[in-house]
Amino acid sequence: MTATAPMTGGGVKERHSAAPEVRERNRRRASRRNVGSALLFLSPWILGFLVFTAWPMIYSAYLSLTDYDVINDPNFVGFENYAQLAADPKVLLALGNTAFFTLVQVPLYIIVSLALALLLDRAGRASGFFRTVFFLPKMTPPVAVGVLFLLLFNGQNGLVNTVLGWFGIDGPAWTTDPAWVKPGLIFMSLWTVGSSVIILLAALRNVPETLYESAKLDGAGFWRTSFSITLPMISPALFFIIIVNTIAGLQTFDEAYTAFFGAGNTTYSNDAALFYVIYLFQQAFEFLNMGYASAMAWCLFLVIMIVTAIQLIVSRRFVYYEGDR
Amino acid sequence: MSVDVDLPVGGTAGPAPRRDAAVPAAAAATVPPTDAETLRGTGRRRRTRASRVFAWVALSLLGLVFVYPFVWLVSASFKPRTEVFDNRLIPQTFTLDNYVQVWQEAPLGLWLMNTVIVTVLAAVTVTLSSAMVAWGFSYFRFRGRGALFGLVLATMMLPGAVTMIPTFLIWNGLGQVGTLTPLWAGNLFGSAFYIFLLRQFFLGLPRDLFEAARIDGASQFGVFWRIALPLCRPALAVVLVFEVQAVWTDLMRALIYLRDSDTFTVPRGLKSLVDAFGFGGEWHWEIIITASVITTIPMIIVFFIAQRQIIDGVASSGLKG
Repeated sequence: MTATAPMTGGGVKERHSAAPEVRERNRRRASRRNVGSALLFLSPWILGFLVFTAWPMIYSAYLSLTDYDVINDPNFVGFENYAQLAADPKVLLALGNTAFFTLVQVPLYIIVSLALALLLDRAGRASGFFRTVFFLPKMTPPVAVGVLFLLLFNGQNGLVNTVLGWFGIDGPAWTTDPAWVKPGLIFMSLWTVGSSVIILLAALRNVPETLYESAKLDGAGFWRTSFSITLPMISPALFFIIIVNTIAGLQTFDEAYTAFFGAGNTTYSNDAALFYVIYLFQQAFEFLNMGYASAMAWCLFLVIMIVTAIQLIVSRRFVYYEGDR
Repeated sequence: MSVDVDLPVGGTAGPAPRRDAAVPAAAAATVPPTDAETLRGTGRRRRTRASRVFAWVALSLLGLVFVYPFVWLVSASFKPRTEVFDNRLIPQTFTLDNYVQVWQEAPLGLWLMNTVIVTVLAAVTVTLSSAMVAWGFSYFRFRGRGALFGLVLATMMLPGAVTMIPTFLIWNGLGQVGTLTPLWAGNLFGSAFYIFLLRQFFLGLPRDLFEAARIDGASQFGVFWRIALPLCRPALAVVLVFEVQAVWTDLMRALIYLRDSDTFTVPRGLKSLVDAFGFGGEWHWEIIITASVITTIPMIIVFFIAQRQIIDGVASSGLKG
């Protein structure tokens, strides 16, 4: 697809039978006009990229090397922010909380959505209805999910502990006991698995029937079929969900911030729910340490890139792309 | 950015429109089993009666778990303060006081109006601008197109936190902090995920159609506006609905840019109620509950109106990922 490719590249039919050199010249002229029109169509994105991505990236990298509080001019301090960051106990706390949340939440999320998708795949005609039911929570605004967490997981009279009580389990104080805050938030987050369920269900439905038929003829049982056909065939979708949810988990903010941070919340410790992006947000917009927050943002970016790269490398061994792509 | 749609990563899908893949799933769910289906498609799913009954029972129980929080919330919003946590399905004392009180405690009408304004502007602008850019990437051929499109995809990997502060400084410099503008105006420039989605769709349309229109004298913009855009209505609907949801539920941007309670969007307003009446506040959970119901209901309505677009859109976003 170079500049000299025919404009009508899709349908290779040639309409004119002019001499090759004339055709070549026309093509070039057409493609130059082409570039102009193309640029017009692309201009919103190009402008947006320059103003809202490229410049912010450069400026944020610069800010990360300064002290900046919005009111006074940035004051260049070299790598001091990064040094400070490495020694900040709250950064370490936030990193630990975020790592715990992501490491526990993502596998649980995958298991729950896979289980639901497999059940839906078996439900025949009822699957359309249940698909709707499981997706519905995904439409709930995260603020409301945060509120629901506080209500349902309330230690004394929340619904969760009431139900646990029926089974003789004395539920913990999910919203106040530091040891149980993160597990509680993780359980709450499983409520919104809807979109992953739908992606996996679509992948399951896309597995060619013939594979199962030949496996059956070869006498393969349930487990063999699951591990040799189903799992490899849906592995691209699984991998996609793992990557997307890991990235989202590392940036978790809305629900925990709603439930534990913000104005007036000074009466009790919320260290257990201090996730990395929450601390970053506080530094930037509550303490106005814009330089420090920028340094934090770049470290987050680095972490996300490393984690994603590792997942990509690992996936080469486990993800099967049909058609050997 | 709190756009919580699922982004396809490293997508290299071919020109086939992605929605196609989701269609068999929808069909299998609604069409009764026939001989043809027994042969292919749903044949594997036509299992023993016992296995299907098991699936139904399990799904019903789990479905109850998924729906009950909504039911609990709505039910609690009709209970007086002292009974909010009684966990009864049907309120013992039914009251509308909470709804009246929420309306008095907070400028809820204003919040709803602000959110509607932002949501409509954001969704319409992002749909049109993304479609324009997607068209630029799918119809025209020029040197460096692949690299430029790669750049579009690469921007999806960038965490919002990196650009958040300079973007705030831009809006601050323009004197727009405290107004609704920063919540939607960025959408004038398109969004990478939607550009990707719409480009896939455009690539699936027959090119001859557009060439014919050009020969008949349509302008470049005319081809896009009058032919390509109407053809891609289903994909535009998906983008529109995704963005409506993303903007309606957006908390972080509202936290950054909105200062005065009169300019709040609904999520930001709900958060301010949590601060005032929840933990560390006055412990009026019934007000928070009622406001949560009011915040959530529009999304439930959107879902029931655009269910097919949403589910097909989500399903196709992960295929061939």
